[in-house]
Amino acid sequence: MSVVAVEVVYRGIFQRTLARNIVRSIVFAARKEGKIGTAFGRYGDSPERNGIPAKQFAIVADGAEELEESMAVYEAAQVDVTINVDDAMCKGVESWAWYGLQPINELTKPGGTLIVTSRQDNDSLIQDMHQRDTAYDLAVIPSIPSFSGLWVYKDDHTDVRILGTLAKVASHLVSIESMLEVIKEQWGSEEKQASAKKAYDRATVRPVEPGEGKSEERMTFTLPGWKDMEEGVVIRGIEEGGGFRGGDSGYQPVRSAVFKKFSTRSMRPVINFETCTKCTLCWLQCPDTCFDVTPDGLYDANMESCCGCGVCEAVCPVTDCVTMVSESHFNDNNSQWEAWQKDKDGYKKWMTVLVETQKKETRTHGFHHKGQYAEEIAAMGDV
Amino acid sequence: MTTTVEPMFREATEELISGSEAIAMACALADVDVITAFPIRPYDTVMQFVSRLKADGIFDCDFIVAESEHTQFEIVKHASSVGARTFSGSSGVGWFYAFEAITVTAGLRMPVVAMVGNRALDDPGAFGVEHNDALAVRDLGWMLYWVATAQEALDMALIAWRIAEDPKVLLPFALSCDGSFLTHSQAIVQVPAIEQVNRFLPPYDRGKLQLHPDNPITIAPQVNEDWLMEIRRQSDEAMRRSVGVIKKAYEEFKQEFGRGDPSPFIDEFMTEDAEIIVVGMGTLALPARVAIRRLREEGKKVGFLRVKFFRPFPTDEIREALSKCKAVCVIDRDYSYGSPSFGGVLFNELRAAMYNQQNRPWMLNFIAGLGGREIRVREINEIVDITQKAIDDDKVEQETTWIGVRE
Repeated sequence: MSVVAVEVVYRGIFQRTLARNIVRSIVFAARKEGKIGTAFGRYGDSPERNGIPAKQFAIVADGAEELEESMAVYEAAQVDVTINVDDAMCKGVESWAWYGLQPINELTKPGGTLIVTSRQDNDSLIQDMHQRDTAYDLAVIPSIPSFSGLWVYKDDHTDVRILGTLAKVASHLVSIESMLEVIKEQWGSEEKQASAKKAYDRATVRPVEPGEGKSEERMTFTLPGWKDMEEGVVIRGIEEGGGFRGGDSGYQPVRSAVFKKFSTRSMRPVINFETCTKCTLCWLQCPDTCFDVTPDGLYDANMESCCGCGVCEAVCPVTDCVTMVSESHFNDNNSQWEAWQKDKDGYKKWMTVLVETQKKETRTHGFHHKGQYAEEIAAMGDV
Repeated sequence: MTTTVEPMFREATEELISGSEAIAMACALADVDVITAFPIRPYDTVMQFVSRLKADGIFDCDFIVAESEHTQFEIVKHASSVGARTFSGSSGVGWFYAFEAITVTAGLRMPVVAMVGNRALDDPGAFGVEHNDALAVRDLGWMLYWVATAQEALDMALIAWRIAEDPKVLLPFALSCDGSFLTHSQAIVQVPAIEQVNRFLPPYDRGKLQLHPDNPITIAPQVNEDWLMEIRRQSDEAMRRSVGVIKKAYEEFKQEFGRGDPSPFIDEFMTEDAEIIVVGMGTLALPARVAIRRLREEGKKVGFLRVKFFRPFPTDEIREALSKCKAVCVIDRDYSYGSPSFGGVLFNELRAAMYNQQNRPWMLNFIAGLGGREIRVREINEIVDITQKAIDDDKVEQETTWIGVRE
C-alpha cells in the first residue's frame, strides 16, 4: 500500500490560488501515473482572513481503498512533504482551526521534506523552526513570497517551481515527466514548463538533524470539558490592565491568554521613539490593542499581540515613526522600547538598517505604488 | 430557455471537483432554468461554481442573488409554479431563515431541488457539519437525501429532478451534503455527457398545474378546516408514491450511467452476517468503512448501513437489514434535546421502525461529530465496544451516549 500526503501551508486569501494550483496539480500528475487522489483545504481555516495561516492538502494513493484508509482522518497526522509558501511562517502557525501554535514541521514525517520559498539561507530558516527529535530534509526555493488577492493571481511561476522541486525531492510521489505534462495541460505555457524543469534541476536538500532549530516551547492550551465551561455560551470579560510591565505608571492592557494569533503576521511595525509625537493614534486605532503605554508616554507595540495589519503605520501622522518591516528579519518578540531604553544609539542603528532594507524589499501588504507588480516580477527573474 | 453546450459536456469527462462543484455541474447538465443564491457557508460554494459556469458561458440560467434566504426560496417556488426547473440551497440558520417559504414550497407541491450544506445551527456561529438544519424539514413533505461522495452528489442531483418533477410526486427534494467533508473536498468525479442526461431526465412538465395565461388557475387560496385535512392527505399520498418513483428512476439511472448501489434507499457494507450493525448518514461512511474493514480483520462480525433517503424513510429496507443482527448502534450527527432516551433524530426513527418486528436487535444511540468534529476510526471502535457489551450482558445499560465530548 502506498499513500503520499502533501500539505501546503499558505497565507489566507493572498496565497489561496497558489495553494490550490499546487495541490490540484499534484493530484493531476499522480493521475497520469494511474494513481488516485484528493485535494482539499482545511475547512476550519475558512473563511480565510487576510494573511491567516491556512492549509490545503493533496493525498495520492495507488487505489481507492488505500485512499479511503488515508482519508479516514481529515487532517493527516503526518505528511510526506510540507510546503511552506511564506518563510515567516517557519516560526510556527496559528489558524482559525485550532487554539495554540503549530510548529511548521509538526506534520512532516521523520525523513520527510519541508519545502520553503525564501530568500533566507538554510541556517537562518532553521533558527526560526522548532526543534524536533527526528530528522527531516529542508529544501529552499530562492524566492520572495508570492502574494496576490482574492480575485487576482500573480503568475510569477512560484507554483510550477514548487511542483518541479517536489518532483525532485519526492520522486516516489510523482515523476518530473508527469508533472511537466500536467503543467502543459493546465497552463499551456512552455515558459512555466521550463521554470519547473529548472527548479527540478537546481533543487537540493539540506538534512535537518534532531535537535536543530529553536528550543522555544510550543504554545499550547488546555481545552475545558463541558462541565467546566460556563453555560449560555458566556465568555468572561478580560480584566482591566495595570501599569506598564507591572509598574505603577504607564498602562498595559491584560490580553487573552488563549488567542495570540501573532503568527498571522507577515510584517511588524518598527517604531522610531525619537520622532513619536505621542498623538495616541496608533494606540487608539490598533484593532488588537497591541500598544502598551510606557511610563514616558510612548507606545510600545507588543509583539505577543500584534497581527501585523499595518494600521498603525497607516494612521501615524509622522513620516518616519512607524515602519512595517518583513517578519523574516526578526527572531524574537522582545520589546522595542526596552531595547531603545538600554541603548539608544544601538537601537537607532538597528532600526535604520531594517527600514532601509525594507525600502528595497517587496511588501507583503498589497501593492503600494504604480508599477510595483512589474518590478516584483522582474525581481523574480533574478532568483 | 436555451443552453449553450460547451465541449466539456459533449463528451463524458473526468474532473477533480468537490461535492458542491459536482452539484453545480449537475445544474448545468440538467439545464436548470432558475437558480437563486444567498451566501452562507458551506452552501455558498455551490453558488460560486454555478456563477463561474455561467460567467464562462458554459451554462445559461436565470441566476438570481436574492437579498435573503427567504426571498431565495420564494423565487424558486414561484418559478417552479410556472414550469421552470429550479435549484436553490442554504445552510444552517440561513435555511431556517427561509423556513416560511420552505414549508409552502412543499405544501404547494413545487418540485424545487435544494442543496443543504449541513452546518451547525447558531449560536455560537460554528460552521462545521451537524444534520439538524436539513432534518428540520422532515415532517413537511420534502424528500431528504444524505450524500456521501462528490460522485453521488452529481448523480443524485440528476435523479432528484427526475423524482421531484414526476407528476406522481411533485414534491421538493433536499440534497443534504456534509459541510467540509463533502462540500470542500475535491475528488475524481465522472461527469456524464449531456446526451446521456437528456435521455434520463425529461423536461419538467407541470401539466394542468402550471401557472400560465393559457391555463388560468389560482394557487393557494385561503382554506380552513373544511379543506385542509384532505390537502394534507394528498401530500401524504404523494410521499407514499415517491417510493415507487425513486426505485424506477434509480434503476434507469443505473442502466443509463452504469453506476449505483443495489438500493437507492440504503447502502450496506459487510452487513450480510454482521452481529453488530453501525448506522449513520452522509460522509460518516468513509471512516466507518475503514473501521469495519479493520474490525473484520480481527474477526469481529460488524457491518455498516448508511441511510441515504431519510424521507421517504426506507422502513421496509431498514427492517429487513437490521432484524438479522443482534445489536444496532446508531450514530447521530444531530441532537434532539428531550426526545425519547434523550437520543438523536435518526436513532428514534430507526427504533420506531423496528418496534413491531419479531426479531428486534438491541438498539443503542451515539451522539457524535457535532459542529464538524471528526468521527474517526477510534470513535467507531469505541461505539462498537459499547455495543458488544450490550450483547454480552444481554441488556442496554445506557441508551444514548455522547462520544468524543470533553468531560
